[in-house]
Amino acid sequence: MKRFSFADTIEMSTIVVLVKQVPDTNAKIAVQGGRVDLSTVKMEMSPYDGFAIETALRHKEATGGTVTALTVGAAGTEKILKDAKAMGVDNIVRVWDDAWSELDSNALQSVLKEAVESLGANAVYCGKSAADTGAGSTGPGLAERLGWANASNIIGAEFGESVTVSMPVEAGVATITVPLPAVISCDKGDFKPRKANVKGIMMAKKAQVELMTANAPPSTVVVASHSMPEAKPAGKTFEGGSSASQVVQLLRDEANVL
Amino acid sequence: MTNKIVIAELTKGTVHASTAELVSAAQAMGGDVTVVVPCTDASMADSVASYDGVSKVIAVKSDVFAGNDSSGWASAIDSATPAGTVLFLATARSKDVASRLAARRGISVVQDVVSIDGNNLTSPIYSGKANQTVTVNGDAVVSVRANVFSGVGSGSSNDVSVVDASGDVKTAVQQVMERASARLDVSEANIIISGGRGMGSPANFSHLEAVADTIGAAVGASRAAVDTWDEIPHSMQVGQTGKTVNPNLYIAVGISGAIQHLAGMRSSKYIVAINKDADAPIFQHADYGIVATWEEALPVFQDALSNLLG
Repeated sequence: MKRFSFADTIEMSTIVVLVKQVPDTNAKIAVQGGRVDLSTVKMEMSPYDGFAIETALRHKEATGGTVTALTVGAAGTEKILKDAKAMGVDNIVRVWDDAWSELDSNALQSVLKEAVESLGANAVYCGKSAADTGAGSTGPGLAERLGWANASNIIGAEFGESVTVSMPVEAGVATITVPLPAVISCDKGDFKPRKANVKGIMMAKKAQVELMTANAPPSTVVVASHSMPEAKPAGKTFEGGSSASQVVQLLRDEANVL
Repeated sequence: MTNKIVIAELTKGTVHASTAELVSAAQAMGGDVTVVVPCTDASMADSVASYDGVSKVIAVKSDVFAGNDSSGWASAIDSATPAGTVLFLATARSKDVASRLAARRGISVVQDVVSIDGNNLTSPIYSGKANQTVTVNGDAVVSVRANVFSGVGSGSSNDVSVVDASGDVKTAVQQVMERASARLDVSEANIIISGGRGMGSPANFSHLEAVADTIGAAVGASRAAVDTWDEIPHSMQVGQTGKTVNPNLYIAVGISGAIQHLAGMRSSKYIVAINKDADAPIFQHADYGIVATWEEALPVFQDALSNLLG
């Protein structure tokens, strides 16, 4: 597979989009023996990553260049790369070392920095957070490690020498110029992820996943256990619309929230 | 026991009251607590000077804190923040800055913490369908959810040292379109009233807005409503692929209670559900359930609220 270096695509964009495999967001989650049991749960691409892929593809369509979808994970995560390929990315890359198990944010971002630099990227897109931890640390943390600009939770973008993004801020929605290179995390916004067509799906089937590895520092944050949230005691149920006034009174007298 | 440094949360140019909760959280981890106040004017640190349980207050003065660039924020905060474990409030901006600060320091970040036992930190995962406890060895950057810890009291008088800082700003704001409605965003409201597809049409959300205006609530929506009607923006969506909220009161109207939605709102202190289907899963999570159509229940609800609060 051709490896693009920054030097031969200087006027084009070399775009990387980060994707992550997570449990289906409609699935029930169970804990067994202090750990989440995902053995019966369908895995899928984190929903926000679809917006990141769409934004990356639009960036490429505006400026030319290539889009590479990249995930960090064991062999079982390749399906989401194929899904990204079916949507239209050019290359798919899986970064892994069998010595790795759980990577903390410092380890993961160190790995991503090395991979993104070796791909010669000048724009990285990711989802605003992954649907498992919901942390949203990867975009800004990776940007800092690369010394790049970042914007998070964008809901729209225009592409040129720089990327002009729309993003919610305290006062409303800001239009912000983000110079490249940059890491941009995407919320659900103006861009609807395109559906893969038959040709895309056929190409994805044949596509080769490029394997990479990188150096991961030891993790200092380790998962100790998982648990289920405490169940709520049963509530009170009333029949009929007229009971709404009773509920209002309870909200004042019993719950103390009004 | 390493030092704990609380970064005060700024909102609309003042220190957010939840900063006192961060001091409690820092105490739960153990060690000496320093509060760093990012500010454009050192007087913004005055409210923190009276916090109990704080050994030092540092006001970091910089123009970057008037803007939104997280590189600028993180670099300015980094220059004035001693080594140790650093705590932020888990808001969108502060989580971004926390991530950058951790990366600058080559340490890890743990987001959305809701429970602390020494160096064991618990955060919701899968939007609250489960909890994850991690053990932190050494220094880390941590963001803590609001409304979880009770804040420390005040009455002390801490010295405030003022440090001027510059930041490495990388992005430029062109313009800000102010939010048209004065109504709160779901991510910052203490009371939320949300509608689902059971509302029948987006126009019927006006009935939710009327209730919201009476009680100072934000208006939210289920994913089904957002996906069905273009008029209902994603910014209103509560759920695993929308916003995760924990208000004091959450009122779900015409929402059946898909797992996706429950994940985003189950940690609300009190939940009211109005739904015509007595078997809707939302009732299993409601403190107060009303089995009725919204057309029957909402006018009564609205009148009772107006009588109570008007």
